[in-house]
Amino acid sequence: MANLKDLKNRIESVKSTRKITKAMQMVAAAKLRRAQEAAEMSRPYTERFNAVMAGLASAAGGEGAPRLLSGTGSDNVHLLVVMTAERGLCGGFNGNIAKKAKAHAAELVAAGKTVKIITVGKKGRDAIKRDLESHFIGHVDLTEVKRVGYENAQDIARDVLARFDGEEFDVATIFYAKFVNVVTQIPTAQQIIPFEAPEGAENEDGTLYDYEPSEEAILADLLPRAVATQIFAALLENGASEQGARMSAMDNATRNAGEMIDKLTIQYNRSRQAVITNELIEIISGAEAL
Amino acid sequence: MADFKFDLVSPERRLAEMEATEVQIPGADGDMTAMADHAPTITTLRPGILAVTHSGGVEEYIVSGGFAEITGTGVSVLAEKAIPKSEATAEQMEKLVADATAAFEAAKESGNGVDEADAVRNTMTELAASVA
Repeated sequence: MANLKDLKNRIESVKSTRKITKAMQMVAAAKLRRAQEAAEMSRPYTERFNAVMAGLASAAGGEGAPRLLSGTGSDNVHLLVVMTAERGLCGGFNGNIAKKAKAHAAELVAAGKTVKIITVGKKGRDAIKRDLESHFIGHVDLTEVKRVGYENAQDIARDVLARFDGEEFDVATIFYAKFVNVVTQIPTAQQIIPFEAPEGAENEDGTLYDYEPSEEAILADLLPRAVATQIFAALLENGASEQGARMSAMDNATRNAGEMIDKLTIQYNRSRQAVITNELIEIISGAEAL
Repeated sequence: MADFKFDLVSPERRLAEMEATEVQIPGADGDMTAMADHAPTITTLRPGILAVTHSGGVEEYIVSGGFAEITGTGVSVLAEKAIPKSEATAEQMEKLVADATAAFEAAKESGNGVDEADAVRNTMTELAASVA
């Protein structure tokens, strides 16, 4: 019976799929640990930076503040920086970020604003290009980057700032997934230009600082860095989220493959038994006929 | 001399955290030395050497810009890039010099901040020579 052989082949193929997903899960787990460590290491810098920025921004906001802080005075052109993974097979990770960005873009378009989109990560570019081709203005390729460094964030920031100086947009927002734990990653939108202090970054002790050279000069120096710092933090969050998402997706896949193997094995054993019984009946009825 | 807390962090990692007696900071307006009970100050850095004196001696770091937050009880330096001087390699220094030169060329083209970029380039070249 050909059916038996087919079943056997199928079981073998599901088994090797399970091996692959299992391996991918373990790789993702190791990478997740590294990504989390990297995010952990950057935290002291980011937190301190945001605290200082929050203090400066509230002190220096108002008339004559740099445009990166006060904005261009209008909000007609929005730049969306959509950050996703370079690779797939990580559950809804890329899809969720792209969905959030698309919803945001649709809202802005409905409100009569112009939307421009830069993508970071191949998967996001593919998703955005499918539906929002006309808004797509650029892509940052990190395929070759093994480990995201501050320099990558600086490159992206430089690109964004150059476009801002060229008056290509008024408001910039980044999209990434915030890492909560292995099963939960929250797609998040964060405005980076004009600068908005992230929540919880208040200067808690209220110390009054002397500023050298001057408040304005420091602010002008730090604002571009703030863009890079926020992008860097988002890239690291995204890295951890991606690995977390992949890990749980592959865990599910491994479990499903296991269930499938069990079912197929039962089916295989049943059909084998059927074949044996059949043969016995043939032999016995053959013997009786004699 | 009273000790105070010193830490040096870069976006990628925390480089140092220790008790120090004085910290010499390459401020944008000139070098300054912070000791315990310094008035709270925030200053931007220019590329140069950050020297930390503690009970066990002096540690030097090459920093490429960022800012320092000085309070009465501690100094935090947030540097974009920082390398302990003892660990700096010729290769790393070459890259810093190359970056500074590129920034200088860019400044020359745009006509903004040429002097500053030139000073940065000179500092980096000097530092590179002192390391190599």
